[in-house]
Amino acid sequence: MSDHALSVRELWKIFGARADRVVGTADADLPRSELKERTGCVAAVKDVSFDVDKGEVFVVMGLSGSGKSTLVRCLTRLIEPTAGEIVIDGEDVRSMSTARLRELRRHHVAMVFQHFGLLPHRTVVDNVAYGLEIRGLGKAERHAKAAEYIDLVGLTGNEHSYPDQLSGGMQQRVGLARALAVNPTVMLFDEPFSALDPLIRRDMQNEVIRLHSEVGKTMVFITHDLSEALKLGDRILIMRDGELVQVGSPAEIVAQPADDYVRDFVSEVPRSHVLTLRWVMRDPLPDDSLEGPVMPADRVVRDAAREALDSEHPVRVHDGDMFLGIVDDDAILRVVVAEEGAA
Amino acid sequence: MTTTASPPTRTVSPPPAQQRRGLGLRSFGRRGALAVVVVAWLGLWTALRGRATLEIGGAELTGFHEWLDRQRDSLAAQRDTNWLLQYGVGGISDGLNATVDFLRELISEPAFPRPFPEIGYLGVIGVFCLIAYAVAGLRSMLLVLVSLLAFGALGYWELSLDLLIVTLVAVTICVLIGLPLAIVMARSRKVDAVVTPALDLLQTLPSFAYLAPLALFFGIGPAAAVVTTALYAFPPVVRVAAHGIRHVAPTTVEASRSLGSTPWQQLRTVQLPMAKRTIVVGVNQTTMAALSMATIAALINGPGLGQPVAQALQSLDVGAAVVASLGIVIMAVMLDRVTTAASVRGELATRRGDSARLRRTALAVGVVSAGYLVYLSRTFSWAADVPESPDLGTPIADATSDASDWFIDTFRDSTQALKDGFSYGLLNPLQSVLADSPWFVSATALLAIAGIIAGRRAVVSTAICELVILGTGLWNEAMNTLTTTLVAAAFTMLIAIVVGVWMGRGRLVDTVVRPLLDTLQTLPPFVYLVPFVALFAASRFTAIVAAVAFAAPVAIKLVADGIRGVSPTTVEAARSAGSSSWQTITKVQLPMARGSVVLAANQGLLYVFSMVVIGGLVGGGGLGYLVVLGFRQAELFGKGLAAGIAITALAVMLDRIARYAVTRTGRT
Ligand SMILES: Nc1ncnc2c1ncn2[C@@H]1O[C@H](COP(=O)(O)OP(=O)(O)OP(=O)(O)O)[C@@H](O)[C@H]1O
Ligand SMILES: [Mg+2]
Repeated sequence: MSDHALSVRELWKIFGARADRVVGTADADLPRSELKERTGCVAAVKDVSFDVDKGEVFVVMGLSGSGKSTLVRCLTRLIEPTAGEIVIDGEDVRSMSTARLRELRRHHVAMVFQHFGLLPHRTVVDNVAYGLEIRGLGKAERHAKAAEYIDLVGLTGNEHSYPDQLSGGMQQRVGLARALAVNPTVMLFDEPFSALDPLIRRDMQNEVIRLHSEVGKTMVFITHDLSEALKLGDRILIMRDGELVQVGSPAEIVAQPADDYVRDFVSEVPRSHVLTLRWVMRDPLPDDSLEGPVMPADRVVRDAAREALDSEHPVRVHDGDMFLGIVDDDAILRVVVAEEGAA
Repeated sequence: MTTTASPPTRTVSPPPAQQRRGLGLRSFGRRGALAVVVVAWLGLWTALRGRATLEIGGAELTGFHEWLDRQRDSLAAQRDTNWLLQYGVGGISDGLNATVDFLRELISEPAFPRPFPEIGYLGVIGVFCLIAYAVAGLRSMLLVLVSLLAFGALGYWELSLDLLIVTLVAVTICVLIGLPLAIVMARSRKVDAVVTPALDLLQTLPSFAYLAPLALFFGIGPAAAVVTTALYAFPPVVRVAAHGIRHVAPTTVEASRSLGSTPWQQLRTVQLPMAKRTIVVGVNQTTMAALSMATIAALINGPGLGQPVAQALQSLDVGAAVVASLGIVIMAVMLDRVTTAASVRGELATRRGDSARLRRTALAVGVVSAGYLVYLSRTFSWAADVPESPDLGTPIADATSDASDWFIDTFRDSTQALKDGFSYGLLNPLQSVLADSPWFVSATALLAIAGIIAGRRAVVSTAICELVILGTGLWNEAMNTLTTTLVAAAFTMLIAIVVGVWMGRGRLVDTVVRPLLDTLQTLPPFVYLVPFVALFAASRFTAIVAAVAFAAPVAIKLVADGIRGVSPTTVEAARSAGSSSWQTITKVQLPMARGSVVLAANQGLLYVFSMVVIGGLVGGGGLGYLVVLGFRQAELFGKGLAAGIAITALAVMLDRIARYAVTRTGRT
């Protein structure tokens, strides 16, 4: 338990008058549209549970309206949850007093927003220092700290610009620096890059990967872009109409979609880029050769393909010292060729 | 209006055509019902005219009027014994009087034992220019300088400053109370739901309705003037500020919350700075409203430029009225430009990082120079006194007096013919129908008309308002006022549609005319009376023309915006099918801009009404005249107060009918 940075149990958020009368009744099991018709309430998050490990990048995905934004806002009670339990760093968030909650937001959890949410009347440095100012830090101190993070996100030289003088990508770097500046243990991202054009978006994704390797924060990252999810996520949670559909590593989700909704999602994915050997191996048959090269189970098919195809013998898949199974040329080709057929 | 009933042109694309066919049918039904009501009314009028009209003589008082008089007397008697009156109303009154007196002795009146105010002529110029520079920049400073010099040259230095004092004290009160209220409103739906209707009501009432009730509690003088002005000017700043705060980008507020800010921190660092510009727009609107009320408050002895205008209107001294209202116009333009510049300025000033130092230097120089001018004005009488020359006031007064006399003399016959034609051809017959029918006939007919054009809710409001008017004992006078209002509103709409269509169809016309209309809209209503008195002397006709002039700018702008808003593709389609301009206007643009036209009628009606009431000062008669008389003759106070109540009821009635009519057309 204690090695989770964040755990969520049976979380509900229902919008509307008398929302608290819905959870625990038969109405709660109704599909969204029927619930809306019967009670006028919208179930934005329905009975969601998951854990996020320390240092993990945890991605939440789903179509528009599936409740991602609501879910991530419930974590620090920017939106008050209707029912359920949230534990951050071992502390129960839902029972926190207002003051304690503010402490949590000031020191432990910071958020980056889709539309940046910068203060247009303040310069970059004052925007980045904003969280520190809220904490009550003196001007000189917070400016010095802000300068560090402006440097970290590569905005040095723009300290005294105003947000509307920056490009969208640069503005989001300010948003990123503002969140980083409070040195939180958990960072929340609500579709931070979907307002940016594709090239800038790729830059910013790489930026997040770099920052994650440098500062090693726990991150909860909302997106509706699957390639972004696969690129950044250690694990992915998929939501539909407020409900959790599947949680797993990218390879797991691609290899074993829980239902048609997820299968549809991942149908366009280049499987060889995502699937690891663990998901294509099989148990050795009596007449299989066991002299092929040894590879780790979490190697991606694409990286293994050349060596596997070159070798006469099927690849032996190991997890550490343990032998798990074998991958023959057919298995490799099925992944690679199926994909080319699809493309 | 016949256009809506005519079959739609084939040229128009289907959706609007269908829409108009629906409208046409429905409005035909309504029109038929209206015709029935009017015919029935006319029939009853012919049969019963002159009976049960509830007309009362000029000096005649009803029991209610006497009761109001007694209330005034008993309030006066209790002033020293009743706790609430003594410390509540009395305290406020004393505080405001003291504030105004203090400021007057500071800048406009001799501060005993000195022969001059604490700060004399040059000092005042220095200080005001400095303030203008600090809040609004160099151009505003020059405008303030020129305006102040003009006040002196017109011969109204003290009264101009007095008007400024009353206006600014009222605005300060509005902002001090209004801003916190706006903040609370923006945060709480409940407070908003309570305050908004109250503000609506305040904004519906014409300025004259405020005078009598406040005089009842505060007597007459500076305190009453400030309170009236503040009440009248209060709604815009609250509304606009609440709107601004409420509409600050929600993501930014959320970002601030996500970093653990307290509500107070959110307000201070996000909402107020981001809404600042909108808030200043609200202050601008409040300032202009305050200026217009502060001039009218001259009728309850409010100090300032309204006084000479009121006196001159009473004695029909056109020259003096023109000079004093010129001062008011200059003041209006000055306050409008300075507050507008201030709203733009804030951000720009902080943005230009490098020129900040320059500005600081300039400010420092300004402070020193203003200080020096103040010192001069306290030390030397030449610096404290308003210079004798140039004297623009006397020549302007003489010239306009002469011109007015000449015009009235030369065109006596034609203006008289115009007025007579207007009176006998239009005004008197209509007035006869409204006021000479038995009261129950008019009342029922009005209810029916309200129901037909505005629906059931309007009938309820109309009934309540009619009961109130009957209760005041001034039914007949109210019908006279209503007649004048309806006639003026009809002319206003005629002008609004003609000019509005012209503006809406031509960009060039729009760019030329619009700034003029904007300026006209900032002028206090008092000022509108003056030129028409100069042309037509005092009469009902004068009041109507002034009302039309006052209401036309708003209505024209609304119509023009509506015409402009008609989809250009539709207009193009009509033209490509060979419609003439006239056909395009009457069959496409006007019907499609119907919503705006109805809105223009709504606003025009309310503006006309408030001006018609003020027209009581220049021979307009009716309820407004009774309000004025109430302040002039002590024994008519109760009647004047009753007239104020009747005005309120009539205003609410017109507003409700107009408003429900708008929502109705909005839905079709
Ligand atoms: N304040 C609210 N009141 C009522 N319903 C709401 C509110 N906020 C969100 N909802 C509803 O909750 C559901 C989930 O919304 P949410 O914004 O969490 O979706 P999302 O997954 O973030 O979508 P997107 O990708 O468009 O951002 C939607 O149906 C939305 O209409
Ligand atoms: Mg969202």
